[in-house]
Amino acid sequence: MHRPLVRLENVAKTFPDGLEALAGIDMEVGRGDFVSLLGPSGCGKSTLLRLIAGLAQPSGGQVLWPDGPPAPGRIGYVFQDPTLMPWGDVFDNVYLPLRIAGQGRKAARPAVEAALALVGLADFAHAQPHALSGGMRMRVSLARALVTRPALLLLDEPFGALDEITRFRLNDDLLRLWGEGGWTVLFVTHSVFEAVFLSQRVLIMGPRPGRIHAAIEIELPQPRPPELRMGADYQRICAAASASLAQAMGSC
Amino acid sequence: MLTRAAWLGRLAPALLGLLVIAGWEALVRFNDIPSYVLPGPLAVAETLWREGSSLLAALLVTLRVTLAALLVATLTGVLLAALMAQSAWIERSLMPYAVFLQVTPIVAIAPLIIIYVEQPFLALLACAWIVAFFPLVANTAAGLRSADRGLQDLFRLYGAGRLQRLRLLLWPSALPHFLAGLRISGGLALIGAVVAEFVAGTGGSETGIAFRILEAGYRLQVPKMFAGLVLLALTGIGIYAALAWFSRLLLRRWHESALPPRS
Ligand SMILES: Nc1ncnc2c1ncn2[C@@H]1O[C@H](COP(=O)(O)OP(=O)(O)OP(=O)(O)O)[C@@H](O)[C@H]1O
Ligand SMILES: [Mg+2]
Repeated sequence: MHRPLVRLENVAKTFPDGLEALAGIDMEVGRGDFVSLLGPSGCGKSTLLRLIAGLAQPSGGQVLWPDGPPAPGRIGYVFQDPTLMPWGDVFDNVYLPLRIAGQGRKAARPAVEAALALVGLADFAHAQPHALSGGMRMRVSLARALVTRPALLLLDEPFGALDEITRFRLNDDLLRLWGEGGWTVLFVTHSVFEAVFLSQRVLIMGPRPGRIHAAIEIELPQPRPPELRMGADYQRICAAASASLAQAMGSC
Repeated sequence: MLTRAAWLGRLAPALLGLLVIAGWEALVRFNDIPSYVLPGPLAVAETLWREGSSLLAALLVTLRVTLAALLVATLTGVLLAALMAQSAWIERSLMPYAVFLQVTPIVAIAPLIIIYVEQPFLALLACAWIVAFFPLVANTAAGLRSADRGLQDLFRLYGAGRLQRLRLLLWPSALPHFLAGLRISGGLALIGAVVAEFVAGTGGSETGIAFRILEAGYRLQVPKMFAGLVLLALTGIGIYAALAWFSRLLLRRWHESALPPRS
């Protein structure tokens, strides 16, 4: 039997001020999946991630975890802003989830250093956040989300502020990481190309109230080498996804 | 190396001070104003030199009250603010009384305190505490509420406990606010101690600087009054400078208020 990691049934979110951010969301994320949410600004992508993380409650429908709700630390979340503690250095920030879990600084050091190496910040463990570039701050945030080795990784436009070269590199790293197995990723992005390159499935969202307009299965081979971006198949799927997105935006 | 503008910025206040002092001395000399009306700065300095050791001893007494009151105000203020941060209910029930203490003039409460608290040191301390207490509570409470929303989410996501949240998130967020309150309260504690001494009169065996000023006033020793005043003002400046330095020390690594400008 197919058991998803998390299932959303007819989920809606209306904010107290009356704004209808999401309506009738039905979706599943399977164990080990890489799913992207692609949609225009303001269509409720961040709101959807917050509902799944349990940081907000749906005003209608439900978020179901067939194997029970995840324990703290089983969800890693990269917010749209880096959200770092300005009073701590990079190490302190990445160490935080383990610290909350009760792990000592010494015991956590290897995990923190591994997470920093993964995002290419091994040499910046003792830098203060204000002394980092915007992209570096975002990578610290990514390292912090990875440090507990979560079962589900929620990424809210983690690479939006990065230059294309770093973005491609981190995309490749993320895919490699995902390829090691054990991770489920839900990835929010504005970029059609990024969504298609990374995902097994792309959910196209339309605006106000946000709903899922289409689900596109990405039929590209795994693993995906960087050269794939030049291939005809890739470009054809990107074109199809763009068309679907344009349709979703037109439907409002 | 300091630039010319920076040098001027440092020299200007000193120069102004010298000018005012010189003008004051000239005013007193040319008009033959007797020193029991208005002593010149030289006469004040001379009194300061002559009576320095006895005035300093008195200052020490006042300073002891001030610092003890500041310490107690810090402990109680932070404790109360932390209590308020636990729930809006606690905050709503406590805040009115904190405000009540703040708005009631200390000169009006001091006589009562001095009647009820027998031990003079404790009576003075209580008065200074009342004055110094409010900025610490109010600022720390506001600081504890000002933690970044995103970070609050993060702590919730990882299932942080109440104490972890307080220690690792709320307290560091509140620190700059707390320190701003501390800088204000440092000066206020001194004012509170001085007012209390004025009201208390002789009090105990040891007398503080404020009482010495009062006493000098009864005896028309006006230069001595000025000398005491100078010492008090310098003490106030010293307390402020020490707290400002302490605050910069704690915040220099991360807070906007203490970071060097971007270059
Ligand atoms: N706390 C809130 N109260 C009221 N409205 C909100 C709140 N949070 C979000 N919204 C509204 O919900 C809608 C969806 O917001 P959301 O942040 O989920 O969009 P998004 O798809 O992530 O956009 P972007 O790509 O620009 O980040 C927006 O119209 C926003 O104004
Ligand atoms: Mg968003």
